[in-house]
Amino acid sequence: MIPEIGHYALVLALVLALIQGTVPIIGARLNDSALMNVARSTARAQYIFVSLSFAILVIVHVASDFSVVNVFENSHSLKPLIYKITGVWGNHEGSMLLWVLILALFGEMVAVFGNNLPLALRAHVLAVQAWIGSAFYLFILLTSNPFLRLANPPIEGRDLNPVLQDIGLAIHPPMLYLGYVGFSISFSFAVAALIEGRVDAAWARWVRPWTLMAWIFLTLGIAMGSYWAYYELGWGGWWFWDPVENASLMPWLAGTALLHSAVVMEKRDALKVWTILLAILTFSLSLLGTFLVRSGVLTSVHTFASDPTRGVFILLILCLFIGGSLSLYAWRASALKQGGLFAPISREGALVLNNLFLVTACATVFVGTLYPLALEVLTGEKISVGAPFFNLTFGPLFVPLLIAVPFGTQLAWKRGDIVAAAQRLMAAGVVGLVALAGVWAWVRGGSAFAPLMIGLAVFVIAGAISDIVERTQLFRAPFSIVAQRARGLPRSTWGSAFAHAGLGVALIGIVCETTWNSERIASMKLGDVANVGGYDIRLDDISQQQGPNYREQISRFNVTLDGSPIGVMTPSKRNFTTRGMSTTEAALLTRGASQVYISLGDANADGSVAVRIYHKPLVLLIWFGPVLMAFGGMLSLSDRRLRVGAPKPAKSPGSLQAAE
Amino acid sequence: MTRKQRRLTLIGGALAVLAVAVALVLNAMRDSIVFFSTPSSIAEKHISPGQRFRLGGLVREGSVVRGERLNVKFDVTDGSATLPVTYQGILPDLFREGQGIISEGAIGPDGVFKAETVLAKHDETYMPKAVADELKKKGLWNEGVPKKVSDTKGLAK
Repeated sequence: MIPEIGHYALVLALVLALIQGTVPIIGARLNDSALMNVARSTARAQYIFVSLSFAILVIVHVASDFSVVNVFENSHSLKPLIYKITGVWGNHEGSMLLWVLILALFGEMVAVFGNNLPLALRAHVLAVQAWIGSAFYLFILLTSNPFLRLANPPIEGRDLNPVLQDIGLAIHPPMLYLGYVGFSISFSFAVAALIEGRVDAAWARWVRPWTLMAWIFLTLGIAMGSYWAYYELGWGGWWFWDPVENASLMPWLAGTALLHSAVVMEKRDALKVWTILLAILTFSLSLLGTFLVRSGVLTSVHTFASDPTRGVFILLILCLFIGGSLSLYAWRASALKQGGLFAPISREGALVLNNLFLVTACATVFVGTLYPLALEVLTGEKISVGAPFFNLTFGPLFVPLLIAVPFGTQLAWKRGDIVAAAQRLMAAGVVGLVALAGVWAWVRGGSAFAPLMIGLAVFVIAGAISDIVERTQLFRAPFSIVAQRARGLPRSTWGSAFAHAGLGVALIGIVCETTWNSERIASMKLGDVANVGGYDIRLDDISQQQGPNYREQISRFNVTLDGSPIGVMTPSKRNFTTRGMSTTEAALLTRGASQVYISLGDANADGSVAVRIYHKPLVLLIWFGPVLMAFGGMLSLSDRRLRVGAPKPAKSPGSLQAAE
Repeated sequence: MTRKQRRLTLIGGALAVLAVAVALVLNAMRDSIVFFSTPSSIAEKHISPGQRFRLGGLVREGSVVRGERLNVKFDVTDGSATLPVTYQGILPDLFREGQGIISEGAIGPDGVFKAETVLAKHDETYMPKAVADELKKKGLWNEGVPKKVSDTKGLAK
């Protein structure tokens, strides 16, 4: 009975979404505020019903009700509670339900926090949200119903894919979806603006916090996914340019561009038409990502099932929304008023440059991801486009972008002075060059690539710091004034400094990991010592242990550096009986930002075990960078201007001058 | 600067960046794309020794020989042809006889495929899509897929 309630709640949510997608639009045409306000109530009710539906799916998973197909196929009664819960979205049906839950959550949030929105705009935004919702409710109900029952319930389930039985599953998909789906709000705002034929700086002010929020989650979601792959897959790799990873990177790149162009639109009332287009593109890429992952056209760790009807259905949704919104754009964009003028060398110009590079980089990822698919459909020829392609295209496009970042924040709005900006960046440039020279000397020649990139990364970080130094007049004014100015700086300024510094930090991590990673693959017996990256790693013990739903073989390693003990590492290999699968649980030893990484291979007949040991210098910076970026985003989100939402006159001349 | 000039600057800049991107993409396409082949279609695809490609197929039953220093030898088959493969390193968790794999590498002068990577992701009901497609074409699909799939499908309905 309980699963049927969940199913029914989902049907009710669909009905509510259909109402929400039509009535408010009619209300806006008739200028009837009662009809327009229907959207608020339906959005809230929709959220309640989808939450109910989702909660029920969680309940049947926790209760191990194997009469439900979804539970039978993805759960096991012995599975630990946390994985019973996370297993809800560790499969196709459940993850689609999570998708619509988050969509409904965002609708609810617009309904709750959108009190200062003009009535018609809110009605339109919620109606567009409901269109997206309707399409995906239909998709779930018709092709991916998680509440289907079995006539003869089996006693035991088939267990969740062991690779997914990890805490990463609790964090990565929800974060990623909060990002993906969060961009639906910017999309809905863009479509609403096109329907109304009116867009202004206030529009950008409303859109920015939503975009920023989605961007923060997507940033953290991608970083989390990357770290998860790093420690779970046992290869020590953190980014594979796998189509599914690219599917999340593309909306991130477009979303980052959107974030920046929305700034121009809000501050200078320029780039309106472009910002609208970017908002549409960003969510379209999110939909594309959903299609790539959910349709089964790609096979990777992320694809749980493939069923042609699902693929066709999502493809239809994709065409409908992308085609529809772009047609609307082509038809209505000319109706939008032109924005303000600016010189090419100006803050606006720099942000345009940022957009240009981000969008082009995104396009190369797009080509690399979809070209093999297109080629296979057209000619039947199968090719693979791997890391070398992306390193050769994405990399060179990102370098000029990074060089431009510190300059951009130094330029004034409307008309900037590149020479003055360069003078202000002198210190940062010197720091970057010193870092370059230092690294060069330390590695004693060799490839110039790594020192150059580290120099660039340090320049980006120093540029972000010098921006704050400049604005607070640190080193030039007495401390009390500096402190006062630091407090007076808008949080969005701090936010962008942190986010840009995060970019540099991540780059340092990436360069160090790829250049100075040392790897050792060996077959080790008890007492054998391997030396990797200066660490002596001795295999001390091999033991067996029984886990809740697996058996594991644990190897204990003693790690010493120059004779002094550093720690003990216990990588293991788990064998999951239900699926007959084994997983490798890598052991990590963190020293500062560097890590020693051990993963196990097969045990041999003579008692030795195959071992893969890495020393990864500064590898943690790869994920620390995105965390800094997300932190910057959060600071920016807490900016008074965005919190308050409506334009207010500045109180003091101080805050006026310190504006971004 | 007038609106028109500004627009021209923007368009010019955009075109320049796009041109660079197109050049990069074309250049990368030429050098870094890897073709996929099964053992039987190597000749028809004109894959010469030394050329990198992705080999897909099933690990032939009884062919896996583990040697010293993590060297492994095995045969990859697609039913009609078989290619010997050597690999040094740790094989993925799901590597086993009868399992579908995809491996990247090149054929050496001795006619043996020297693998640089071996992929065998997913559970036993899964097979790399490219391999499954090839096997379906050759009518070997039923043989290649463990019975478990059909059993559980029947249960689920």
